[in-house]
Amino acid sequence: MNELNIKYHNNFLMEVEENVEEGKWVKMCMQCGVCSGSCPFGPHWAHPPQELFMMVRAGKRADVLNSDSMWMCTSCYNCVVRCPRKLPITQIMHGLAAYANHLGMAPKTQPTRDFSLLFWKNCTRTGRVNELRLTLGLYFNDGFMAGIRKGWAMRGIGLGLMKAGRLNAFELFKGHVCKDRKGVHAMLKKAAEIEQRRKHPAS
Amino acid sequence: MARKEYAFYPGCSSQLRASAANYLTSTNSICKTLDIRMTAIPDWNCCGASISYAGGGELSRLVMNARNFALSENHLPGQDIVATCAACWLGAREAKHKLETDAQLLADANEALQEAGLNYSGKTKVRHMVEVLIEDFGYAELARPVVKPLAGIKFAGYVGCQTNRPFGIAGESFENPKYLDRLIETVGGEAAAGYEQKVTCCGGALAFSETEKSLKQIKEIVESAYDHGADMIVTPCALCQANVEVYQSEVNKKYGTKLAMPVTYYSQLMTVAYGGTAKEAGLGGHIIQPAKLQEAANNPTPGKQ
Repeated sequence: MNELNIKYHNNFLMEVEENVEEGKWVKMCMQCGVCSGSCPFGPHWAHPPQELFMMVRAGKRADVLNSDSMWMCTSCYNCVVRCPRKLPITQIMHGLAAYANHLGMAPKTQPTRDFSLLFWKNCTRTGRVNELRLTLGLYFNDGFMAGIRKGWAMRGIGLGLMKAGRLNAFELFKGHVCKDRKGVHAMLKKAAEIEQRRKHPAS
Repeated sequence: MARKEYAFYPGCSSQLRASAANYLTSTNSICKTLDIRMTAIPDWNCCGASISYAGGGELSRLVMNARNFALSENHLPGQDIVATCAACWLGAREAKHKLETDAQLLADANEALQEAGLNYSGKTKVRHMVEVLIEDFGYAELARPVVKPLAGIKFAGYVGCQTNRPFGIAGESFENPKYLDRLIETVGGEAAAGYEQKVTCCGGALAFSETEKSLKQIKEIVESAYDHGADMIVTPCALCQANVEVYQSEVNKKYGTKLAMPVTYYSQLMTVAYGGTAKEAGLGGHIIQPAKLQEAANNPTPGKQ
């Protein structure tokens, strides 16, 4: 009896409920597996959502947070609309991924993690996405030579888009911006402060 | 005064010279025909899209959307916000839902907004362009300006994910939404019946980070359109359009296929059917040329000299 108690505790579930966006829903999963079967990238998840939910409840903290599974979510929301209990599965996957990243436990060479961070940095720099910088940023993420190689491999697409008027080389110097960039930055700084305050009410 | 007025949220991809510039061009054209006045929300910002989750915290992503709502309330009071981009619409709808159901979040968002001299009262409605067309106009009204029915062109109506889930268009099913097929028929085209990849994910933002895995999705979406005898794919989503069109050359490299299926927007079909030129329909904005639609645009309008 004692041994069971030691092996099976729900500390990690409580941690997830407290820290992960929409984490309070994890306990509601009834393990039907419809989410896993509905996922377009299903075969590429080491642990599909249904499994992750059970792993959270079983206290497999490192196995969950070190996993690159949740980074496979394409935000297609198929699992959400099919879940018989209507859990916000997509949002929980994003929440788990973000929490793992926050703790520094996410896999270091996860391309979707890199892209997610790059996207946020890109869109908050001026308030609007700079598509050219975003694409080049991703290409050159693995170093200069890797970026040149990737850029070369994709040159047909890039030139095609330029010809079609959907990609502009001048974006690199002067792209679309918000006029009140200062306001956007001040607002985001305050939002980050409030988030800290909510997480650590004492400080 | 225009027949209808909306606060327009074009989003980052639907700007001049951006990846969905031709979506913007053709949307402007149909609005002109239908006498819709779209005023861009002054100084609108990015919604954060779904993919920014690891970079921005919940509140940070929320206030990006709340800023647009507040600007819209200030400058365009009483007008619904209308997005053409699926991701913008979803991001804004999700944010609005959260702000409506969580008083603490709303208070926090307003505390942050204050730094930009703004306040959000919670009134603004957020809608997709397709909702406006179907709900505020209706198919019969949308058919009225058709002068050049797109007869003889078969379209695979590819709805994709984010205009369909988790919110979707009222009254439509998630598994087999019909509105796009009905829009195709409204402008005189033929909708490929039983196109089973209608709501398949193209990989979304992961087409950038997990390209190989996304190519398989795109291959299936395009091959099914061929199987159903479609001349082109049509979609309401800017990212679906870009991914499915642009990556076909990569699919061909990887799988040895010879895919060259044009991918267009519903707004381009409507523009051509309403008698617009190829330029007004943004038909110059393709890597794979939608030849049949270009041909239709270049043909003289019946009964007109």
